[in-house]
Amino acid sequence: MLTRIMAVTIKELQQLSRDKLTFGMIVGIPLMQMLLFGYAINFDVRGLRAAFVDEAGTSGSRALLADLEASGVVRFLAPSADVANLQRRMNAGEINVGVIVPRDFERRRLERERAAVQLLVDGSDPMTDGVAKALANAPLPARNGIYASRVGTFEVRTEYNPERRTAVQIVPALIGVILNMTMVIFTAAAIVRERERGNFELLITTPVRSWELMAGKLIPYVFIGMLQTTLVLVAASLLFDVPVNGRLPDLYMAAALFIAATLTLGLLISTVTRTQFQAFQLAFMTMLPSILLSGFMFPFDGMPKAIQWFAQVLPLTHFVEMIRGVVLRGAPITDLGVQAAKLGVFLVVALAIATLRFRKRLD
Amino acid sequence: MNDSPDSSPAIVASGLTRKFGGVVAVDHVDLTIPRARIYGFLGPNGSGKSTTIRMMCGLLVPTSGSVEVLGNQMPRDAERMRTKLGYMTQKFSLWEDLTVTENLDIMARIFGLSKHERAARIAELRQEFDLERIAKQRAGTLSGGQKQRLALAAATLHRPELLLLDEPTSAVDPQSRRDFWESLFALVARGTTILVSTHYMDEAERCHGLAILDRGRLVAEGAPKDLIRDIPATVIEIETEDTIAARRAIEDDPAVLSIAQLGTQLHALVEPGTTEPVVRLREAIERTGIAANVQTVRASLEDVFVAATGFGGRNRTH
Repeated sequence: MLTRIMAVTIKELQQLSRDKLTFGMIVGIPLMQMLLFGYAINFDVRGLRAAFVDEAGTSGSRALLADLEASGVVRFLAPSADVANLQRRMNAGEINVGVIVPRDFERRRLERERAAVQLLVDGSDPMTDGVAKALANAPLPARNGIYASRVGTFEVRTEYNPERRTAVQIVPALIGVILNMTMVIFTAAAIVRERERGNFELLITTPVRSWELMAGKLIPYVFIGMLQTTLVLVAASLLFDVPVNGRLPDLYMAAALFIAATLTLGLLISTVTRTQFQAFQLAFMTMLPSILLSGFMFPFDGMPKAIQWFAQVLPLTHFVEMIRGVVLRGAPITDLGVQAAKLGVFLVVALAIATLRFRKRLD
Repeated sequence: MNDSPDSSPAIVASGLTRKFGGVVAVDHVDLTIPRARIYGFLGPNGSGKSTTIRMMCGLLVPTSGSVEVLGNQMPRDAERMRTKLGYMTQKFSLWEDLTVTENLDIMARIFGLSKHERAARIAELRQEFDLERIAKQRAGTLSGGQKQRLALAAATLHRPELLLLDEPTSAVDPQSRRDFWESLFALVARGTTILVSTHYMDEAERCHGLAILDRGRLVAEGAPKDLIRDIPATVIEIETEDTIAARRAIEDDPAVLSIAQLGTQLHALVEPGTTEPVVRLREAIERTGIAANVQTVRASLEDVFVAATGFGGRNRTH
């Protein structure tokens, strides 16, 4: 039994070591995605392109506009002569934010009922919207002492990520996204490839059992998954200064569970597809929902209930919770039992289906 | 082959049928294949040779009928039979990105040979199948003949009692084909039963027993020389300069079942019991003013094949 599993594993490793491209992807994909996502996905938007119409033209309005630009959130381009022009420029995509200081700005400053300044925001970009809303709460310049300060009702203190750096939120979960992508595709392709090239027809006439064949093929990818996890962690700490607050063994245990789940998903895909092309398509089909619905990018709790239920099926959903728990909140794995159990259920069910579907037959 | 001599047949198929959707690939085949012989499946592409072999390996489930291999029901007992069967697929199915030795090593591990046995057996096979020079070469870079030697080495690695070879020589040059058949005879001499499918007449003629398959049906069975002797037609050879005109002169004769051209000769299969077939054909040709040398000859296996597959629907065009 063990020798047969070993035989398949050895073969898989030998083949991997010859396949330079795949080998490169094992290291290349995590690093590339890490750099892309780590730097590009940034919710603290700065330097939004903006323009203003200053109909008031008072010292107060000029001070306000200067303060806005000084905050670094907006970067003013040439001012517009009127509101219509401002809107045209937003339509054309030249600016994301428009500031309109009305003629009666000084009077409005004195009346508390009406807003002093109108902010025009390009709502087609979700991030821009959020930042612009934040801008709207900016206090008016305190220079003339009328509004010395505007103290908010709440004081916000951000736990686990006091500087509110996006990289801290994104990068740990990125381990999950990267593993999800590589593990599912590699296993699905590795098994379907044998079928496509005809190796399968020979293998199934040998004494190797179905589960031995599957186990033998999956074992190398468990190690590859661990390698990728390590790679991303090291890069995260070096490039983005993401701390690991939890215990490393906890982190690797969570990763191992998730790797097993994604490998099974790949296995399942391989049992329903005939060609590598089909396998890739199906693998990608599971990718996008995983990225968008797992809570990796958008807050999970903000999604409709039906989608939340659907997302429960995706292994990444649970892993994103676990990895953020361990890496950022420093939670021990024992506190994440619910998520671990859900991953376990996925693993068992998917494995059962895959095993039932995987026959040593051609028909 | 370590067993005491067993007189029971190696393979017994009865009413073996396999359908793929509406297509009947194998249609009620009854066969008994004896042990320690080379038994051939002869038939054109799509005649059901591969499907029959795959059912014998337990890779496909028969739609109806049954097949017993070395006394075991397939596919029910397939797992128990794995170590007794050797199978060589039509398409090269070892790993092209592994070397010759690595491929053999993987297969030896899968068949459960110990480290010591592995080394000894692989050395033996490299010798036997002339793989020494190419031992470190990747399988993907081998020639057709080399690949086929490697595949046969892998299929015989665990010393199977029964070897099932699906068109093993289809991508191989004539010299390699001859060498390959020498290897097969050596295996049979050691007691192995071999079932081989082919569409080469010369290979079919080398088999001890032969089954001719056509569109899924078994249309003739027996030793090649018996099949040749018992061909249900008189074979007439016509040697002439103008084969086209000669063919035209006789092709409408209802007694002529088929005509095939071999160089400047025509082979006509004539209805058995036709009186004076040689005179009849010679006169028909001479009436058109062509000189021809006409005589009765011994049937070739090709003639047997044509007769067994229904004379190509009569009036074969080649």
